[in-house]
Amino acid sequence: MELTRRQMLVTSTAALASVVGLPAFASATDDLIAELTGGASLGSGAITLDTPEIAENGNTVPVSVTAEGAKSVTLYADGNPVPNVATFNFGPLNPTRSAATRIRLAKTQNVVAVAQMEDGSWQMAKNEIKVTIGGCGG
Amino acid sequence: MAKGVKPRVKVPKSAAAGETITIKTLISHKMESGQRKDSDGNPIPRSIINRFTADFNGQNVIDVTLEPAISTNPYFQFDSIVPESGEFTFTWYDDDGSVYTETKSISVS
Amino acid sequence: MRKVIMTTACLALFTAPAWAGPDEDNLVINDETEMITEVAAPAHLENVDTIYSGWRFRTDETQALQLDDFDNPAMIFVDQAMDLFNTVDGSEGKSCASCHESVEEFKGLSASMPKVVDGKLVVMEDILNTHRADVMGAEPWKWSGPEMQSMVALIGLQSRGMPVNVKIDGDAAPFWEQGKEMYYTRYGQLELSCANCHEDSYGKMIRADHLSQGQINGFPTYRLKQARLISRHNRFRGCIRDTRAETFAEGSDEFRALELYVASRGNGLSVETPAVRQ
Repeated sequence: MELTRRQMLVTSTAALASVVGLPAFASATDDLIAELTGGASLGSGAITLDTPEIAENGNTVPVSVTAEGAKSVTLYADGNPVPNVATFNFGPLNPTRSAATRIRLAKTQNVVAVAQMEDGSWQMAKNEIKVTIGGCGG
Repeated sequence: MAKGVKPRVKVPKSAAAGETITIKTLISHKMESGQRKDSDGNPIPRSIINRFTADFNGQNVIDVTLEPAISTNPYFQFDSIVPESGEFTFTWYDDDGSVYTETKSISVS
Repeated sequence: MRKVIMTTACLALFTAPAWAGPDEDNLVINDETEMITEVAAPAHLENVDTIYSGWRFRTDETQALQLDDFDNPAMIFVDQAMDLFNTVDGSEGKSCASCHESVEEFKGLSASMPKVVDGKLVVMEDILNTHRADVMGAEPWKWSGPEMQSMVALIGLQSRGMPVNVKIDGDAAPFWEQGKEMYYTRYGQLELSCANCHEDSYGKMIRADHLSQGQINGFPTYRLKQARLISRHNRFRGCIRDTRAETFAEGSDEFRALELYVASRGNGLSVETPAVRQ
């Protein structure tokens, strides 16, 4: 097939959009965070969110979070049908305020950690995880 | 009680007073998300572990709320201070009302 | 001319390197058991010089799940099999433990399986169901069911770290030849043989999947996709189905023969059971 200039414009624009357009606008997660924090402003820097860049399978993705001085940390996955993942409430015997678990991600998306600090302020960290679709099913 | 649920916990046997130790826990559970459908197209109802707690001699270490996005066979790793000899209690709460517990003793030298 | 430029730009954007591995990582389990994940191919392999464990083709995060027995989710099923080992079942009122003092007496068995017994090629699942029927008077376990595969994993774990060493000559030869022929037979509408992917193309990407050599030294393996222990025959079935073929049944003589041949392609690699894969 011979490509015309018009066809090429359409094709390359679509290709560009598919690259730049990810991830979709994550309003459900923003709403949930606002509900959690009561709309308080979110600082950054206190949370270390450790996630793989690429997950070989979205069914079991290792995630660890450390937030020294946090009372609790809530995790969201903004591309899942239900964004909530887990809330870690740290007890008095927990010195490091860190936790690791394994989560499900439906597709490439952001994992967001929101921490409530002991002084009542809020912190946020966000990482993108690319979820690959394997070649060979079960 | 959901079928075939079995907890596994890893806690050091001993520690120095006030030492920070790392604890790992795993429980076999299908964590049915409520998002899936069976072969007839009917939704499979949600059935998950919705809460996990770890306590030491009655004091809380961590209290986790789980959502369906937690993977099958939920795994947690976290730290705890061990102020004295005693017992860790780990508790998992199932949607179906079942409660699974596991205890581990640790001695402080 | 424009067409050429656009094609090049697209390639740069979207293609991964054609060759990406195996990686150079070492597999040491629990900081003590060193696994052989790379070794000179057994003499019978004509087209491959070096064999690699599938572990070497996985991402660091997937690899990490196999480094420590606590992090390895397969181990909860091994624990369940230990309970089953001591559970009385069937008309004779016996458990495995009634006859077998300890599961450790099976050290080495899985490394030599499948093998020929009384002229028949048997795999571990056969041995377990035969004992359940003949000794315990118990119902057979379903081939890829949780009881069967957790017990195959528990027995396999006793050989972990030992080199795979299945016999391919003597009375095993005809079965081995049958398995070899299957390995090189193109199946399905896609007309793909095992060798097309796992011998000619290992290290390449098939969509987002990093192709391994298709070794089975870590089976039953915990697959993250299914979040449970997967049998060798289930994996064979999946591969052949993906070629869009009518596949053989789990527990068929065809898959027994293929299991012997594929196991023999891993002669020299450590038994990794139960491994963790994507």
